[in-house]
Amino acid sequence: MYDIIIVGAGPAGLTAAIYARRAQKSVLVLEAKSYGGQIINTLDIENYPVEEHISGFDFATKLYKQTKALGAEIVFEKVVDINDLGNTKEVVTTKNKYSCKAVIIATGSEDRKLGLSNEDELVGKGISYCATCDGAFYKGKTVAVVGGGNTALEDALYLSDIASKVYLIHRRDEFRAEETTVEQLKKKENVEFIYNSTVTKLNASERLESIEVTNKDGSVRTIEVNGLFVAVGRIPENQNFAKLIELDNAGYVKAGEDCKTTCKGIFTAGDNRIKEVRQLVTATGDGAVAATNAVKYINNL
Amino acid sequence: MSVIEVTKDNFETEVLKSDKKVLADFNADWCGPCKMLRPIIDELAEEKDNVKIVSINIDNEDELAEKYNVSSIPCLVLFENGEESRRSIGLIPKEEIENIIGE
Repeated sequence: MYDIIIVGAGPAGLTAAIYARRAQKSVLVLEAKSYGGQIINTLDIENYPVEEHISGFDFATKLYKQTKALGAEIVFEKVVDINDLGNTKEVVTTKNKYSCKAVIIATGSEDRKLGLSNEDELVGKGISYCATCDGAFYKGKTVAVVGGGNTALEDALYLSDIASKVYLIHRRDEFRAEETTVEQLKKKENVEFIYNSTVTKLNASERLESIEVTNKDGSVRTIEVNGLFVAVGRIPENQNFAKLIELDNAGYVKAGEDCKTTCKGIFTAGDNRIKEVRQLVTATGDGAVAATNAVKYINNL
Repeated sequence: MSVIEVTKDNFETEVLKSDKKVLADFNADWCGPCKMLRPIIDELAEEKDNVKIVSINIDNEDELAEKYNVSSIPCLVLFENGEESRRSIGLIPKEEIENIIGE
């Protein structure tokens, strides 16, 4: 029996583990893939206090080592279910069952897809969800980025130094991204902004060859591209817990700043919670709050 | 066995003419998910006797990457008798890699 089981080894989950260990609780972190979460896709983090520059990989690895050094157990198994047995919770993975007193769900989110019919089969053949991973394959080529948030604009900026031409396709006429990034991107001569438009078709034979872009006014344009980078947001990974805790219509866990879910003893932290700002620093903040409240809950059992 | 670094010079011997099936991990130093995948690949190389696991750095081996149409990494390609039989893109859990390798 563990005191606390944390589902997800991203920045929120690992920070929660640090706080729980420092409160002398036994901790098991369960992770489906590898530690670090979404931040490992970021080449250079410039907005986390203290470090002027750090890569996502280095950040994640430092955090992982810190968590391990404090005595948290980290096991790579995918959690498929959580059962609420009152004062005990049972966490079910694809391989094992674990018992604990409190659970912190920090599963984060996954890439949202465009939802076009041949999208999946073109992944690796022109469609990518990770510009920092795949940008280098498009040296001197033409690419498009679709999206209007920080990720999309940072992707476009990164790609503008590699590709000969970058189209940025956004469904609105203003961006959600940080103003600094927008300004930097507007200075790039090889970037063309396509506003009020969505990608409606992927034309391919062996590989992606062109995309059909439809404007709000109904006009349609076909653009030849070698690659399309999709950055249209994220989907919270809470589906496995929907019977246990309340989610909003978009699938985010209904929990406030106290990180308490609608089920006693189940807490949440990070991007899968309803919140305004989804950043590294708010994820780690959540981790601290969720762990502190989980510790309080256990001490009052 | 540990993971073998493969270049275009030993690709034929190590991959195409291998007695066992081969799982090739196409990766690069600047790719975060590739770095996260590596410890999983290392573990599998130690655990599995039925497969040879090789790593191909696409920066140094752009000819191999191009030949096998790798344009998204991390990219795992399974070779059986010198032919590609399965492929997976992105960071995936260990279990899924085990499924790709098979019995």
